[in-house]
Amino acid sequence: MREGTYIKQPNRALQVYAIVFLIVLYLPVLFIPLFSFNDSIYVRFPMQGLTFHWYADLWTRDTVWAALKNSLTVGLWVSVISTCLGVVAARAITRYQMPGQNAIVTFAMLPLIVPGVIFGVALLVLVSRLGIPLSLYTVGFGHLIICLPFAIATLLPRFEGFDRSMEEASADLGENGWWTFWRVTFPMVAPGIVASLLLTFTISFDEFIMTFFLSGTDTTLPIYIWTQLRFPREFPAVLALSTIILALSFVMVFVALWIGRLGAVRDQVKATNEGA
Amino acid sequence: MVSVPDAAPVRRNRLTAWFRRSEAAQGYALMSPTLVVLVVGIAVPLLILIAMSMWTRDGFGFDMTPTFANYERAATEPIFGTLLTRSFFVSGLATFFTVLLCYPMAYYVAFHVHRNKMLWIVLMTLPFWTSYLLRVFAWRVILGYEGVINSAFLTAGWIEAPLEFLLYSQTAVIITLAHAWAAFAILPLYVSLEKIDKSLLEAATDLGDGPFTRFMRITLPLSMPGVISACFLIFIPTTGDYITPALLGGPDGVMIGNLIQLQFGPVNNWPMGSALSIVLMAWIAALALVFLFLTRKAKDQLA
Amino acid sequence: MTDDAFISIRNVGKSYGSFRAIEEISLDIAHGEFFSLLGASGCGKTTLLRMLAGFESVSSGEIYIDGQPMSDVPPFQRPVNMVFQNYAIFPHLNVAQNIGYGLRKLKLPRADQDRMIDEMLELVQLTGYGKRRAHELSGGQRQRIALARALILKPKVLLLDEPLGALDKQLREQMQMELRRLQRAIGITFVFVTHDQEEALTLSDRIAVMSGGEVLQVDSPSGLYEAPKTRDVASFIGNMNFLDAQVTGRVNGHAYLDVQGIGKMDIPVKGTTLTEGDKVSVAIRPEKLILHDTAPAGDAIAGEIELTTYLGERSHYHVRVPGCDVPMAISSQNSHMHDPDEAKTGRPVWLTWPNDALIVLER
Repeated sequence: MREGTYIKQPNRALQVYAIVFLIVLYLPVLFIPLFSFNDSIYVRFPMQGLTFHWYADLWTRDTVWAALKNSLTVGLWVSVISTCLGVVAARAITRYQMPGQNAIVTFAMLPLIVPGVIFGVALLVLVSRLGIPLSLYTVGFGHLIICLPFAIATLLPRFEGFDRSMEEASADLGENGWWTFWRVTFPMVAPGIVASLLLTFTISFDEFIMTFFLSGTDTTLPIYIWTQLRFPREFPAVLALSTIILALSFVMVFVALWIGRLGAVRDQVKATNEGA
Repeated sequence: MVSVPDAAPVRRNRLTAWFRRSEAAQGYALMSPTLVVLVVGIAVPLLILIAMSMWTRDGFGFDMTPTFANYERAATEPIFGTLLTRSFFVSGLATFFTVLLCYPMAYYVAFHVHRNKMLWIVLMTLPFWTSYLLRVFAWRVILGYEGVINSAFLTAGWIEAPLEFLLYSQTAVIITLAHAWAAFAILPLYVSLEKIDKSLLEAATDLGDGPFTRFMRITLPLSMPGVISACFLIFIPTTGDYITPALLGGPDGVMIGNLIQLQFGPVNNWPMGSALSIVLMAWIAALALVFLFLTRKAKDQLA
Repeated sequence: MTDDAFISIRNVGKSYGSFRAIEEISLDIAHGEFFSLLGASGCGKTTLLRMLAGFESVSSGEIYIDGQPMSDVPPFQRPVNMVFQNYAIFPHLNVAQNIGYGLRKLKLPRADQDRMIDEMLELVQLTGYGKRRAHELSGGQRQRIALARALILKPKVLLLDEPLGALDKQLREQMQMELRRLQRAIGITFVFVTHDQEEALTLSDRIAVMSGGEVLQVDSPSGLYEAPKTRDVASFIGNMNFLDAQVTGRVNGHAYLDVQGIGKMDIPVKGTTLTEGDKVSVAIRPEKLILHDTAPAGDAIAGEIELTTYLGERSHYHVRVPGCDVPMAISSQNSHMHDPDEAKTGRPVWLTWPNDALIVLER
């Protein structure tokens, strides 16, 4: 079924453009998995045949496992902490009238806009002046600054869409603040929290520039890839590792956006609730 | 039924009573952990960066007497000015092409997709969430000397020798930036187009505008806020980008971000690096103000 | 407080900073009463209701429910339950879970809870809807769930914040009947907030008319309609013609008035403080005025038709009376075949009224 209004009549040229656009958007990234199965150390056509050799090779490298462990550890901590910080911020901003709350939100969003290099060197200067040795902790703190705007941006609409009268109804029905949070507030914002956890984890897992400036001897996977890029013979292994990271990111983000979409459906319910 | 407790009314002291009544105090208390992180992670480092930009390198330590020497160097030595101008030039072109190419896409989804709109939006933004490093790396695979394009063209017999301008050039940087930041353009463009009341378009048609005139007179002006914020969201972060010029730029493609990294890395002149960061920040702040002014003007016109 | 007052509102005020939302209100509501707070938006009726529920603190005064002071009782411990304006149906729970929400604290066996929920579903005529989700329900059904959810806790008072405002006219009338039936059946006190005077008149035992944070008058529906105490109340409830008048004399039980457009007349007044020289308003309802085509015997005022609105069962007329600033509004039943000629502008008519239909209000 198509909507036949004059304005919305199908435009063949645009449709073709859209499809080409999507192909161009995805194609470059798809070359990475493609060549990761190529039986040659050269990334070039014609391809030499299918192999899983590069993946098997990765499996045996202790440095990869160590970097993976570091990435996961940092990612888990950063996603949990940044989501918690995002929850209290979103809750405070939507629940209370505070002077300067817009300024705070804008300030928290700075890392989204300001080039990562600047925050990287600024934090590097801070920790070095404080005499803190570079470690996974400094990396985690850097990631936290990058992830926080994403957590807040994901959670704020959920808390904004949250209807105050829901909590009042709960209080009216005999539940105190604690139980109201667990029985009403939390379940209603849960999609936002899960989405925030997944997105911040992915961002931390993929983060490069902060890690580049703030990591000590322990590295994460993106840094490992960066160091391996200098060696042409390591290219296929890097491709294999990149494929794994890409696949993981795609799945996590797709789930996050899908859950966010469930939240959007609930918003519609709420809208009909109000509009009925 | 909930019963009234027998206990006598609880007496609270004045301070807690004030606290309970003051919304702002409760709000700030609730978000205090976040505020602490923001201050320690953003405000303090930037202040220290400003302080350090006025120091000078002294052997392995710093001479902490305040001076504007670094800024003088940044203003006078041509290399800094050149790289800054080049950064703005490269980002500007990348921004222009990104917005130009993304506009029809956003337009298509806003006006011509009726079912599964959400799926289209997810599809358009999904790559953005994956590793920036890997997306840039993918372009190196494509544009490399023995990369996808060159080897494919060679195999096809279209070229005799690999095209050298593909990798390590400003062109490579611009292509990669435009591709990598597409999602930042799509979303604001889509939002501003989606907001346009379809009956305005019908009214324009009714008053005699054909599709093209209608687009120029109604759709484009009404979507200007989206265009401006798309430009802002791409231009500002890309001027200081490090990864893309480092992986694909070569000597001609080096940008200010790489120079800053050099000062903190191999050159080991942190005060100079700090000064360059502050200069970049100042430019960004000035440009942000311009964008803000433009957005406000565009919105005023619509209001 | 009076002995039979179940809810007693004593000198209750509410201010936000320097803005006074509620001015020193005192009200008594009896047990089992259907009590309405009626007023335009911003008059403070919802604030007063939310103070009863405990969502707004009381700046001064005290609210007693069943003899207990409420100031220090948080909302979740008050013996009242509320039906919210937007119903506030929890979107993540189904109908049965919504209705049973408040039962957690009672720590009842599962079977008892289910039985209570089923009883409630039956009471609001939604048997079999327990497993539905909120978004599968119509506005009327949501409203019933909100009612059931509040009533399952057997509150001493049910608070209703414009619960019918979001429904269309037909459904609203149906729900009005339903509310009335429910209230009779369970016999608890209802406090009902509305801006719709017709709804308040239909439903309530007593109504408090509010304006600017003050209670103007508390009375039964007929009391408010027939004997409004102020011009504001008279004009807010139904339509009213107001004529400026001056008191020219008083003899026990009667006041002599010089009424604009009518001339001298005497009206029986009880226990008012009117004295000679007072400027007053004489008010009369449009349906109490009788329209004549020919001059009747006795007192009558002459005028001419300015505008006729035909409404089917009745017609509204505006009659221009010499000496009056505004035309008089008359509403009369169309008990005869409608004659378009009667509606002609400029047709001379005469107006009479029953003697007890005039109300004298201070200006």
